[in-house]
Amino acid sequence: MMELYQLTIHELQDRLRAGQTTSAEIAASVFGRIDAVEKEVRAYITPMRETALAEAKLADEAIKRGEMKALTGIPIAVKDVCCTKGVRTTCGSKILQNFVPPYDATVVEKLRDAGAVFTGKTNMDEFAMGSSTENSYFGATRNPWDLERIPGGSSGGSAAAVAAEECIASIGSDTGGSIRQPAALCGVVGLKPTYGRVSRYGLVAFASSLDQIGPFTKDVEDAAIMMNVIAGYDPRESTSVPEEVPDYRSFLGKGIEGWKVGIPKEYFIEGIDPEVEAAIRKAIKVVEEAGAKCVEVSLPHTQYCLAVYYIVAPAEACSNLARYDGVKYGYRAEGNRDLLEMYKKTRSEGFGAEVKRRIMIGTYALSSGYYDAYYKKASQVRGLIKRDFDEAFGKCDVLLTPTTPTPAFKIGEKTDDPMQMYLSDIFTISTNLAGIPGISVPCGFTASGLPMGVQFLAGHFQEGRLFQCSSAYERLAKIEKRRPKL
Amino acid sequence: MEKISKEEVAYVANLARLSFSGEETEKFTSQLNDILLYMDKLNEADTTGVEPVTHAIAQKNAFRSDTVGVSLPIEAALANAPEARGGCFEVPKVIE
Repeated sequence: MMELYQLTIHELQDRLRAGQTTSAEIAASVFGRIDAVEKEVRAYITPMRETALAEAKLADEAIKRGEMKALTGIPIAVKDVCCTKGVRTTCGSKILQNFVPPYDATVVEKLRDAGAVFTGKTNMDEFAMGSSTENSYFGATRNPWDLERIPGGSSGGSAAAVAAEECIASIGSDTGGSIRQPAALCGVVGLKPTYGRVSRYGLVAFASSLDQIGPFTKDVEDAAIMMNVIAGYDPRESTSVPEEVPDYRSFLGKGIEGWKVGIPKEYFIEGIDPEVEAAIRKAIKVVEEAGAKCVEVSLPHTQYCLAVYYIVAPAEACSNLARYDGVKYGYRAEGNRDLLEMYKKTRSEGFGAEVKRRIMIGTYALSSGYYDAYYKKASQVRGLIKRDFDEAFGKCDVLLTPTTPTPAFKIGEKTDDPMQMYLSDIFTISTNLAGIPGISVPCGFTASGLPMGVQFLAGHFQEGRLFQCSSAYERLAKIEKRRPKL
Repeated sequence: MEKISKEEVAYVANLARLSFSGEETEKFTSQLNDILLYMDKLNEADTTGVEPVTHAIAQKNAFRSDTVGVSLPIEAALANAPEARGGCFEVPKVIE
C-alpha cells in the first residue's frame, strides 16, 4: 500500500480529481512523514504545519466547488531564500534569523494562486553560498540516502525534503548549480530555468546576473507542472523576460528520434568518479536507443568556468550583501559606540565564514587597481564561455553531461578547504554564466547506494527541449525506484 | 607565492565593513591567497577584442510608466527594524 506522501503531483491530482482522497489527508500524510524523519534529515528551518493544514482545508472546499487548479492541495516546500509574507525568511543566516517579510515573492504568490499548500521553509547554505548545506546558521541538512553525507547545496533542504518525501515538490534557487547539484546527490529531478524565465521578485539576491529559481520534483512530469505555474514575465522584476510560456507538459512523451545530443568532451575529466562516468556512459546509450544521435562537441573554455564564477559571483554578492547593516531589518550587534562600529560588528557577528570569504573576494576583485585584472577579465572570459555554448547549440539540440563529478561526500569532508568544495560545482557553473537552462535527472545508484544524476542543457528559453529529452530518457532508462531507508 | 598580504586583507575588510581577529586575518589571508592563485588561470585565456559579458541575456533598460502605486505602510516597513522611533529607523549617533 502506497502512502500518500510517496506519490507525485500528477498521481495525487488524479486521486483528488477522482475523489479518492482529500487535500487534508495528503497534508496529514506529509506532516506524519515529517514527524517521522525530520529529526534525522533536518530539511526544514521553519515548518508551517498550522497554516498548511488550513490551506489544505481551503483546497478541499475549492475542489468541492469544482475549482481545481494546477497545484490545488499539493504540499510544497520553499527554500528559505524566497520571501513569504508573515513567515520568517532567514536565508540560512544569523543576520536574517528574525526577518519576517511584509510580502510574498512572486514565485510564492504564483504557487499560492495555483492552490499549493506550503509545508515550510527549507534549509540552505547561508545566502545560497555553498555546495553542501553545511554553511547554514541552523545546522547541516543530511542526505536521506546516507545520513553521514551532505545533501548537496545550496538548496540542500529542498532536495532532501523531496527525496525524504517530506513534501511532494519544492522550490530552490540556482546560482552555480544549487538546484541541479543537490538534485543529483539526492536522487530527484531539479531544473534551473533560463535566466529571466522565472521572476526573482522577493528572492533574496546573491549574484544577480546568475540567480534563477526552479523546482525539485520526484519526476520530469512534475517538473513541467511546476514550471507551468512559476514561469513567466513579471513587471516587478526588471530582468524577467516577456517571452511566451508554452505548456511544458505538451513536450512530455514526444520522443527524441532524429535529435542530435552533444557530449562535451571537456566534461569527462580526470577526477570524475568512475561510477559516475559509467552511469553517464550508460545514459548516452539510453539516449541513442531512443533514436537520438550522440555527437562529440567541444566547449573549449570549460576549464575557466570556476575561476570566472568565483570572481563574478562574489563581486555581485559583496554589493548585494552591503544592505545587511543592522539598520532596516535583521540582526544588530549590541553596544556600539558609533555607526561605523555598528556596521562592522553587526556584519562580523551576523555573517558566517563562507559569506565573509566571498564578500572579501568580491570586494578585492572590484577594488581600485584590481578591477581590470579580475572582474573585467572574468567578464571577458564569460563571453568566451557563452560563445562556446552558442556554437555547440549550432551543432546539436541538447547537451548531455554528468551533473556532478562525484556522488555525495561526507559531512565535514570539505569544510576546511574552500577550493575543494567549489570543485563539486564544476559541471553546473557554466550554465549560469551562459544563462541557459539545465535539468538534472536521476541516472542510477552507486554500489553503495548513493544516487547520481545526468544533466541535460539547452539553448535560451528551450526548457521544452529539456522536458522532451529528459522525459524520453526517464521513460527508457527505467531507473529503479528506490526509497531512502529512514 | 603571496597574492594578498595580511595588511591588504585588513584594508579590504574595512572596505567591506567587516572586522577580523588576528587569527581570522591569518586564516582568511591564507585561504584568499589560494583562491586568488587559482584565478591566475584566467590569464591563460586570450581575450583580445572580446567584449565583457555581464548579463547572459541581452537586455535593454526595462522602463515602466511613472505612476503612483501601492507602497508599504510605514508600520510594515519598520516592523523588522532593530530599533525604530517616531516613524524612523534609529541608529547610533553619526555626528558629534
